[in-house]
Amino acid sequence: MIGVKDERIVGTAVPRLEGREKITGQARYVDDMVLPGMLYGATVRSRIPRGKIKKITFGPEINWQEFVIVSAKDIPGKNCVALIEDDQPCLADEFINHPEEPILLLAHEDRHLLPKAVEAVSVEYHPLSAIFTMEESESRSEIIWGANNTFKTILIDKGDVQGVWEKAHYIVEGEYRTGAQEQLYIENNGMIAAFEPQQGLTVWGSLQCPYYVHKALMELCGLPPGRVRVVQMETGGAFGGKEEYPSMIAAHAALLALKSGRPVKIIYDRMEDMAATTKRHPSRTRHRTAVSKDGKILGGTIEFTIDGGAYATLSSVVLSRGAIHAGGPYYWPNVRINAKAVATNAPPHGAFRGFGAPQSIFALERHMDRIAQVVELSPIEIRRRNFLKPGQTTTTGQAVSEPIDLGRLLDRALELSNYSAKKDEFARQNQNGNCKRGIGIASFLHGAGFTGAGERYLSSVVEVEACEDGGVRVLVSSAEFGQGTKTILCQIAAEALGLRYEDVRFAQPDTQEVPNSGPTVASRTAMVVGKLVQSAAIGIRQTLRASGLLGESYSAEEFRIACRKYVAAHGKLRSLARYEQPEDIVWNEEKYRGSAYAAFSWAVYIAAVTVDLTTYSVSVDDFVALQEVGRVLHPVLAKGQIIGGVAQAIGFALYERVVWDNGRMQNAQMTNYIMPTSADLPPIRVYFEEMGNVHGAFGAKGIGELPMDGPAPAIVSAVGDALRTFFNSIPLLPEDIFDAIAGKGENAEHAGSARGNP
Amino acid sequence: MRAHPANYELVAPGGLSAVLSLLAKERGVWLPIAGGTDVMVEYAAGKLPARKLVSIWNLPELRRIEVFPGEIRIGAGCTYTDLRVHDMVGREFPLLANAASWTGGIANQNRGTIGGNIVNASPAADSLPALLVYEAELILVSANGERRVPYSNFHVAYRKTRLAPDELIRAVCLPRCFSRYYAHARKVGPRKAQAIAKVCLAAQARLENGVVEDIRVAMGSVAPVPLRLVRTEDSIKRKPIDAALLRLARQTTAAEIQPIDDIRSTASYRAAVAGNLVAEFLQALSTRGMQG
Ligand SMILES: Cc1cc2nc3c(=O)[nH]c(=O)nc-3n(C[C@H](O)[C@H](O)[C@H](O)COP(=O)(O)OP(=O)(O)OC[C@H]3O[C@@H](n4cnc5c(N)ncnc54)[C@H](O)[C@@H]3O)c2cc1C
Repeated sequence: MIGVKDERIVGTAVPRLEGREKITGQARYVDDMVLPGMLYGATVRSRIPRGKIKKITFGPEINWQEFVIVSAKDIPGKNCVALIEDDQPCLADEFINHPEEPILLLAHEDRHLLPKAVEAVSVEYHPLSAIFTMEESESRSEIIWGANNTFKTILIDKGDVQGVWEKAHYIVEGEYRTGAQEQLYIENNGMIAAFEPQQGLTVWGSLQCPYYVHKALMELCGLPPGRVRVVQMETGGAFGGKEEYPSMIAAHAALLALKSGRPVKIIYDRMEDMAATTKRHPSRTRHRTAVSKDGKILGGTIEFTIDGGAYATLSSVVLSRGAIHAGGPYYWPNVRINAKAVATNAPPHGAFRGFGAPQSIFALERHMDRIAQVVELSPIEIRRRNFLKPGQTTTTGQAVSEPIDLGRLLDRALELSNYSAKKDEFARQNQNGNCKRGIGIASFLHGAGFTGAGERYLSSVVEVEACEDGGVRVLVSSAEFGQGTKTILCQIAAEALGLRYEDVRFAQPDTQEVPNSGPTVASRTAMVVGKLVQSAAIGIRQTLRASGLLGESYSAEEFRIACRKYVAAHGKLRSLARYEQPEDIVWNEEKYRGSAYAAFSWAVYIAAVTVDLTTYSVSVDDFVALQEVGRVLHPVLAKGQIIGGVAQAIGFALYERVVWDNGRMQNAQMTNYIMPTSADLPPIRVYFEEMGNVHGAFGAKGIGELPMDGPAPAIVSAVGDALRTFFNSIPLLPEDIFDAIAGKGENAEHAGSARGNP
Repeated sequence: MRAHPANYELVAPGGLSAVLSLLAKERGVWLPIAGGTDVMVEYAAGKLPARKLVSIWNLPELRRIEVFPGEIRIGAGCTYTDLRVHDMVGREFPLLANAASWTGGIANQNRGTIGGNIVNASPAADSLPALLVYEAELILVSANGERRVPYSNFHVAYRKTRLAPDELIRAVCLPRCFSRYYAHARKVGPRKAQAIAKVCLAAQARLENGVVEDIRVAMGSVAPVPLRLVRTEDSIKRKPIDAALLRLARQTTAAEIQPIDDIRSTASYRAAVAGNLVAEFLQALSTRGMQG
């Protein structure tokens, strides 16, 4: 490992930087902020999944004179939420493509008057027929987007798949599905916008990616970069749910502010937030795999399809990550992965922790269990025989360069979970009684940072500043939303400079103040941004030394004095670091070949469950989460990330179902959209291996998304083990288990469909 | 919040008689609000039709638990916490104490009242099956005086009760005659806490010489109203508990309930689980039930 011995701050559990403010209620969230003369905004949405707007009428019960009303006509620039493709209008002008589509905006001083006013607007439509499933979209009976309802297709082709089928001893097929999932951050989405003729447009909000919002507002308002300012307020959770949608809300607040000349606040209530904003993409994966007599994967095809909803938004990149992770931590000598994102008339699905990987990994891990059944090997053995080894290549042809030993990781997880003893014990106990117990496993990987050439395009910049008072400031657009960004980046700067953690401050992400260190997504902050902070910090020290103010070794106090002197003599001292892609990271976007990620984190998770046959409900009794994530920068925050991710994935697996009706979410309340509470969670036992990594700060890799990938397949495997039934979809609710047992489930089979060569 | 506070009026006259005269004077205009844990949910969603609210929270006349030799009288304004900490409720009416402990979270238990649970009349309400099993009676009060009615037919249709617009529930009376019964309750919700029941069961029975001498079974979330399963009880009474009885009990349960598909569950699941719960109760009764 890299220099662990010498580190004083990295790897220790320093207090969370903003912890005291949050606990004492001093932290300021957007809804805590009130500007003089501020209005409140609300959104009039379509109520049909697809159609053409015929007429809008304003009911007589409202005094409309008092309201600011904004329609698409009021947009000064381009009517779109600029992101990857500019297909999503900020306000529907003519066509409606999903049942929560914004049409008009209203603002008033009294926020309580808005709901009634929203109700009083009636929209007449020419309805058009709509589609709601991936299958309907693929059938193209109705074209709702582009030429063929397809946002993006990706082909990953390695080796010669054609040739594998005849060599196969077994050919194993399966189809697997995952459902939509709501992020359910504690703080709902919210934004304030204000326009001052002098300064331009400013928005304050709950968000992950200040510069995404910045870009969207420039396009929408036709303003130059210097006249748009985006400030991230304290953000109460995000999970990807505040990656792209805040641009929409910021745009709405901005339009109302421009028209009224007053600041405007828009805060979604829980119902609106759940119904209208993005969710995890539902997915369908089909596997066909050629397997040798001894259980080795010879090759296979994987069709990975996700439902993107009505507009392209981030679907192409979610698809990309999902497709690249579809082969998991196994060696595929030959593989063809066909991935596509299709359109339906639901609100666009979007970023959510894991970003496509939890979907394709669920499918793969279930499929590995199915292969195990067909080959008559244990789920352990089938994985062991197919694990990627250093030097072998992933599905995109990326050679595994780290000395990872997945077999050893597996052995340790088996030991920690007491796997084989439990397996025997459960088999004995399950002969009697109404409660059946089972144990299941998943092994997986997660790539850190943007996919492929993404980091090169982002070309992130960070700055570290030596301040007048002798302290040091970290300036990045990377946002804190509960995961620990502020803390770890300050740890890194303090470590790099040999200062105390308390000597480093974190600048509020504000596009007028901080450089663009990229979006706070993709498990990239610790590795990519962290490394840049480390370099920029070193730059400060070099400057101070070069100017003769700092010796070879120095105390924290000497450093402070040097900073003060420097600033007094020369003015502001900022050191900048810009990302440069290492030369060994080469990616071919056209062929989808090369180094998809600078580094992978690796994990083996094991779940033990009980299924109660009186109620068909599952409880997770024990959970072992073992992972190799490079250097753990902060043991408590890292453990928190894993526990939280596992909990969220337990929801994904067993509890959270979006009930759809014609593209609308029917259960947009926390009463009826069931996320697990602490009472439903097992002890989650977290273990780290730290192999180090050359690309990240002090050897760190990504950690935020990894724990979302593995729990669902491990748990569903355990349920299958308990009931001797194979389940292939999530969410797996008691009703589904009942249907499977009563013999009418579509979600289960008692044996895998497979054919063995004689 | 989707309602406008300025459109609502809330008064708190402070005493029972003042509340009752207000209800009598403007019949059907004033909506009593006790803990507000149902009313405020409707209000926040902008769906509360009533505009005038009269607070009955913490009225001393409604917040007593009185113990008599033959019955216990629980003031309708008692909260779930009041029920959970009361010794005798826990000892003699465990089905009610259990239901109270399963209702919402602690904050909700500190505000939600038994009277509110009855009048809100959700078929999924947790405490109501227990009241059916205990054959509760309600004391209703208006400016004109009191009347005492059986709880068993208080619910007339989905979320409709026999309460007159000028009446309040004053107390819930439970007879103290169940010491020889074996009690069993189970809530099947979508998660372990903070959950609306998909099916919930309250039941008690007495075994004598190996046969079920008396049995009372009630369920929530399986019909438009909280349901006492009289036919199921009859099919079980005076029979020994064996495999044939379990089968019969499941069948009669399934025939007697009227579950539906909704956003929370399916009719077929509810029917199967309802049968399983009755069978589970009978099995527990045969192994652990008191012999009288
Ligand atoms: C977060 C949350 C969780 C919940 N969980 C559960 C649960 O697990 N199980 C469950 O059963 N319920 C649950 N509830 C519902 C609710 O808490 C209960 O129904 C509670 O008993 C209502 O009592 P209250 O005093 O708050 O009623 P209120 O909201 O004050 O009133 C409800 C209705 O009853 C009427 N009313 C109240 N008292 C009287 C009276 N004495 N005489 C005449 N009319 C009266 C009111 O006029 C109103 O129509 C939950 C609610 C919330 C908000």
